[in-house]
Amino acid sequence: MVQHTRSGKDTLLDARGLTKRFGDILANDRVDLVINKGEIHALLGENGAGKSTLVKMFYGSLEPDAGEILWQGQKVEIDNPAAARDLGIGMVFQHFSLFEALNVVENIALALPNPGKMTDLAKRIETVSRDYGLPLNPSDIVADLPVGIRQRIEIVRCLLQEPQLIIMDEPTSVLTPQEADQLFLTLQRLAGEGCAVLYISHRLEEVKRICHHATILRHGQVVRECDPTKETPASLASMMVGADVASVSATAQKPKLGQVRLGLHNLSARARTPFATALNNISLELCAGEVVAIAGVAGNGQGELFDAISGEMPVAPDMVRIDGKSCGSRNITWRRKQNAAFVPEERLGHGAVPGMKLSQNIVLTRHSTGDRLAGGGFVSTARASVLEKRVRQEFDVRMSHDDPEARSLSGGNLQKFVVGRELDRKPGVLIVNQPTWGVDAGAAALIRQALIDLARAGSAVLVISQDLDEIFEIADRIAVISRGYLSAPEPAEEMNRERVGLLMAGGAEAQGEVA
Amino acid sequence: MRLELVKRKEHSRTMALLSPLIAIGLTAVAAAIIFAVSGHNPATGLYKFFIEPLTSEWSLQATIDKATPLILIACGLAVCYLSNNWNIGAEGQFVLGALFGSALPILFPEFENGATLPLMLLFGAIGGALWALIPAVLKTRFNTNEILTSLMLVYVASLLLDYLVRGPWRDPGGYNFPESRLFSDSATLPAVFGGMMSLATPITIAIALILSVVLARTLKGFEIRVMGESPRAGGFAGFSSRRLTLFSFAIAGGLAGLAGTMEVSGELNQLLPTISPGYGFTAIIVAFLGRLNPIGIIVAGFVLALSYIGGEGVQSAMEVSNKIASVIQGLLLFFVLACDTLILYRIRVISHRAPAGEVSHV
Repeated sequence: MVQHTRSGKDTLLDARGLTKRFGDILANDRVDLVINKGEIHALLGENGAGKSTLVKMFYGSLEPDAGEILWQGQKVEIDNPAAARDLGIGMVFQHFSLFEALNVVENIALALPNPGKMTDLAKRIETVSRDYGLPLNPSDIVADLPVGIRQRIEIVRCLLQEPQLIIMDEPTSVLTPQEADQLFLTLQRLAGEGCAVLYISHRLEEVKRICHHATILRHGQVVRECDPTKETPASLASMMVGADVASVSATAQKPKLGQVRLGLHNLSARARTPFATALNNISLELCAGEVVAIAGVAGNGQGELFDAISGEMPVAPDMVRIDGKSCGSRNITWRRKQNAAFVPEERLGHGAVPGMKLSQNIVLTRHSTGDRLAGGGFVSTARASVLEKRVRQEFDVRMSHDDPEARSLSGGNLQKFVVGRELDRKPGVLIVNQPTWGVDAGAAALIRQALIDLARAGSAVLVISQDLDEIFEIADRIAVISRGYLSAPEPAEEMNRERVGLLMAGGAEAQGEVA
Repeated sequence: MRLELVKRKEHSRTMALLSPLIAIGLTAVAAAIIFAVSGHNPATGLYKFFIEPLTSEWSLQATIDKATPLILIACGLAVCYLSNNWNIGAEGQFVLGALFGSALPILFPEFENGATLPLMLLFGAIGGALWALIPAVLKTRFNTNEILTSLMLVYVASLLLDYLVRGPWRDPGGYNFPESRLFSDSATLPAVFGGMMSLATPITIAIALILSVVLARTLKGFEIRVMGESPRAGGFAGFSSRRLTLFSFAIAGGLAGLAGTMEVSGELNQLLPTISPGYGFTAIIVAFLGRLNPIGIIVAGFVLALSYIGGEGVQSAMEVSNKIASVIQGLLLFFVLACDTLILYRIRVISHRAPAGEVSHV
């Protein structure tokens, strides 16, 4: 057991023996956690290890079954999020709790006890967001903003309440390296001012870089505490999963390139809404056997590019070719029949229907691709269940009972399902947007290795990602998208982070305009 | 103490079945209060409203006759609502169906043979579908709000009916009464089961059963449900939301139009300015009370038909306002929609906790 050696007069939050049970699952089992003032405290663990449950108890959205929470030495009952905010606990959620129809300032006003006049609040938002390096335009409508900016709103909303403890659930997953650096400066400044940060992340390199202390959860229990600066990402990962994580190997074996399987030729598309990004003359060829990754900051045309390749946004016929066949104007089902497969960024509501069972979600993308799921117009539930079981076993999708609704799965498990559903088809061309967003180290390694294996078996794999660690881990060639322009892909071994960063910051645009 | 809605992880199957029943129970309570407040014995009121229509053969028959168009229209509306298309204009589609179906016996009264009735039913369905396609096309082309356009077309349709029965289609031998000529026997739906019901009822039940299989088992049914719950995911599945809007409006309009034709051909035998006591609107309640499921809609159709007959009953026996049926129907829709919340949320009662000192240290 971990002793309370860390608690002292600087202790802000001291949790003792917190236990939370959901039905048969013990989500948190006698968890002890001490957070001191001015400390950036990492909370590590795989998906389903109990991190979210624990922080929800700190934030008052869940009530512990046993155990107690001491806040600055006083025993407190945190009944609801408002009580947590009154104590000085703020939280930035992984799944954003924003109203899409409202603008930035209205969303923030809703979360503040005394928002005051809107114009004043808008000014405060501009100042605070600029000070902390997370600039926001208060009058933007949330629905039109990319994920990265939405996350900023959450962070700024939290900062405006001047909290003493900020809980952050994977804040950097949608930021560029430069933006993440800026956020780290912000966090270090906050820590310097005495504010504590409870930091949940799957990116172990950044944990090592910025966190002072780490608590590692596994199966609901605290298994280790350590000083992450003295560990390596690999050692942290093995503490999390309880075993050595298989390292993903892409560059170890050079791919044998075959014929061109996916071709984009001067792909252009106008922005469909004032806040969408136009695509400008994007050309790219993917050969059998390789993984090409497209790096870029959220909202630079990744979604539009994905939609154009998948067929959800039709373009001119010759702009997209799959195995030599022009299909820019064909629909997504036609392209799937050409043995192409797609995994979108948003798993819930785009890649899967939240209220439908997993077996029904199998039918969603595979009703016309030779699995005989819809012979004669009738859906075969039996065949769909067989496929669902196969995907579940092969990709280790964990669920509380058989064939649940998609909405009840944790983010990582649902991601394994939506990726697994497509990989199970052994597609000839696979386009995947953000394959491992919010997925734990073990599952991410599984997904990445599966993508590489698919390519090496003769498919072409296009990965759109904002995670540079991931890109350098799996890509054979790397291109960067910026404001709808794509840089020429370069071999991964000739790329480095600085060069990618420069291309993200507009280099890709300049290149595209010249070409 | 306070109440809190807590989101469930998954839909509750129990609540999906229970929520219409809870809604009916709450409506009965509210109806009792209304009777009591207006100075009547609530028990008698409820009895006359909900039970008495079931006790005589005459009123039972009338209930079946009223339930039939409600069920048929609601089945079509269910397709619309499941796919997120808010067709509120079934009343107009019902009227247009009746007009199209009546065209043959009114304009060509000599055309009397075995094909007369099938052609009338076909025309009726086409008329309703065409009328429903107007808001559908406006929505897919110009992004108009289908709630407004479909509702407004109801008034256009009833004015058109009014004009035709008072003008060009008026019975030449009818002493200037606003009604069309009577239909011949070959243009009249026969009664079946020893005169218990019109042929319209078995046709309606058959259509509901077919539709329930289509919705539950086919790819089209899957498409309808996916589009209703998550249009983005539907697009990802390769379904076209434009085509589905046209499809669902055409189905809903077609079934409403068929119901309109069967009403004038079976029940009334002629076109009148008042062919519908608001079937197209009441069917909206039927659709939701039946949980947008054709089998549920059959049951719900009888419940709402009862409210028409019961409403007339209490009106004549207890001298309450003739608006009482509409009020109770409205209450029912309100409670149905409110109770549906329980399917995805549960109610939690939060009481203030015991003082902190009582909890022992672990």
